[in-house]
Amino acid sequence: MDQKNENREVAIQLTGVKKMYKLGQIGGGTLQADMQSWWARVRGKEDPNTKIGQEQRLVGQTFMALNGIDLTIYKGEALGIIGANGAGKSTLLKLLCRVTAPTDGEIDLYGRVSSMLEVKTGFNGEMTGRENIYMRGAILGMTKAEIDSKMERIIDFSEVREFIDTPVKRYSSGMSVKLGFSVSAHLDSEIMIMDEVLAVGDMAFQKKCIDKMREAAKKEGRTVLYVSHNMNTIRQLCDRCIVLDKGKIVYDGDVEEAIEVYLGRKLKEESYCAFTENDHEKWCKNSIRLLSREIVNDITNITAGKTLVLKVKYHANEHLDGIHIRLVLLNSNESIIGMAISENTIRVDKNEDGLITIPFHTDYLSAGQYKMRFSAFAINEYGMHDYFCVVNEFCAFSIQDQPEKHFGMTWSNNSWGNIVFPSFVIEDEVSESCHNHMGDL
Amino acid sequence: MEEKATQQYHTHITSKKRWFELNLKEVWQYRDLIVLFTKRNFQLTYKQTILGPTWIFLSPFITSVIHTLVFGGIAGIATDGVPKILFYMSSNAIWAFFATSVNSNANTFRSNVAVFGKVYFPRLTIPISNMLVAAIRFLIQMLMLAGFLIYFLIKGEVQPNWAYWPLIPVVLLHLGMMGVGFGITISSMTTKYRDLSLLVGFGVQLWMYITPIVYPLSTLGKGPMKTLLLINPVTMPVEVFRFALLGQGTIIPEYLVISWIFTLLMAVFGIMVFNRVEKTFMDTV
Repeated sequence: MDQKNENREVAIQLTGVKKMYKLGQIGGGTLQADMQSWWARVRGKEDPNTKIGQEQRLVGQTFMALNGIDLTIYKGEALGIIGANGAGKSTLLKLLCRVTAPTDGEIDLYGRVSSMLEVKTGFNGEMTGRENIYMRGAILGMTKAEIDSKMERIIDFSEVREFIDTPVKRYSSGMSVKLGFSVSAHLDSEIMIMDEVLAVGDMAFQKKCIDKMREAAKKEGRTVLYVSHNMNTIRQLCDRCIVLDKGKIVYDGDVEEAIEVYLGRKLKEESYCAFTENDHEKWCKNSIRLLSREIVNDITNITAGKTLVLKVKYHANEHLDGIHIRLVLLNSNESIIGMAISENTIRVDKNEDGLITIPFHTDYLSAGQYKMRFSAFAINEYGMHDYFCVVNEFCAFSIQDQPEKHFGMTWSNNSWGNIVFPSFVIEDEVSESCHNHMGDL
Repeated sequence: MEEKATQQYHTHITSKKRWFELNLKEVWQYRDLIVLFTKRNFQLTYKQTILGPTWIFLSPFITSVIHTLVFGGIAGIATDGVPKILFYMSSNAIWAFFATSVNSNANTFRSNVAVFGKVYFPRLTIPISNMLVAAIRFLIQMLMLAGFLIYFLIKGEVQPNWAYWPLIPVVLLHLGMMGVGFGITISSMTTKYRDLSLLVGFGVQLWMYITPIVYPLSTLGKGPMKTLLLINPVTMPVEVFRFALLGQGTIIPEYLVISWIFTLLMAVFGIMVFNRVEKTFMDTV
């Protein structure tokens, strides 16, 4: 992949881009802090108000909206950007559109940039549709001659020809969005940046927009950057996708994979997995801690029917007896698939570190990705469960598909679930009798 | 050719800030935008009014009449033999030009947040178009004034210094630079703390009274008030303007030079602060 990219023309290059925002209201207190910082700088001392950590996202009064972005986008690429709210998508686009400058790092843009952070930018309600086309076109960097030559095409694309000489304040919201998008779509820029612009507008218009964008990227070799929460439009438009999380790029590559990562369906598969404080449920007694789990099998090749051998390390904070271990199996959608429980119990001493081995039978599991929840509990004198420890593991393992077991069909979790019941034999009585009748005749 | 296009439009964005950066080439590329901003300003003011563009003439005329009645009539301020309506009209025109340059630019960042926050274009286009608006308004008022001037010329009540007329555009440039420099400095400073923009409204009004607008400089004898007026950088250009136009005014060259120095410093300082703020003001405004 990298070798192939070396020959391609770079459209956008980001190196170590960071963007810091100040938290809280700006007021008298801010002025005081500003004076403090200034005074500290004058004396050559360390600023008491800003200490930017390298890895920390939230430090004191500041917030790293983008925390070290390195990204190369090539000419003609349609790049999707996805991530949860607050992941830094819009900040990234704002930097690329030069609306605001980065706190650190460098950005190189090779080509003119047209931004569609909001399609109604530059519109004035008092002015007519035509006047607004000129205004918005000029704001986006077109000259009057360019707009004149494209006027008819813009009006046609916008589907609001009848109302073009009516003030925009009388337009419906859909109409003004259509008009705004039409102007942006007819720019001659090499790089197009869009942020959820297709949210308004009917289905037919949305499709028209996507097609126009795809044409721009595929036929005209322009670079398109597209941010959306609508995975379908991302799938339709983009050929590469990045996932942002907490100001960093967590995935860069194939669109489907990226969507999986974003939706949390794709988990890291590791044979060894250490449990952190966050993996432990807070509500249990925590008198015993499970520290890590290791899958002894080769995790790249687990098929149904194999027995998984799990080695779990623990640390006991108290002396405990009669501990059962339970495994709850979850699929990649976090749905619970089933449970297995230990027949026997174990006994631990205070401050004891130990290791247990759990064999887990995978006989009825379908192909797919799974993760486990471990619990250690005992049954007390009242017949109730005392939970000592519950851990949700973050790592996962996969069961490989064996199409030959279902007549060559690839297992689909969406249609068939996660359990393969034993196959059955059809007992064909009707057919037998039919056959008999046939014989009689 | 494709190759060329990408090379041509290479933009490098860095976190480093430069102190003085006048990207006039880029501003020139956006000249149509400046024209549109200027046009919009006029269009929007008079949309949905019955009298429409007539207001461009009407509002300064009414102000001049009021000034003539209040300061000339009731207060009885002498205008050095110049017909009162002519004196107040010219003073109003030149002051309005300066005051609009300051006021309209003092809110450049705040009043354009919606557009600035979504798309990049050279921010300097806004102050430039604001200045153009002020200049066009001034020219329109001058047209009206010309009518009165011709009338009083025929009556022989006014003697303009024709030789000084070429200085009138210089005065405009002088006051325009000062006003824009002042305005953009305030607008840059108010992106974070808004106090200053609240003050500027009063400030400009007060400023008019320490400038010889509603009275000629010659009415003041000597004393601290006169010194204050002479230090005021707007005084000299205003006097030069009236001296050329109406043949009335006191020109003191050394104060004119001081005013020019102040103007140049203000313009450079204004652009410096503007440069510094324009890239990241969206984060604080």
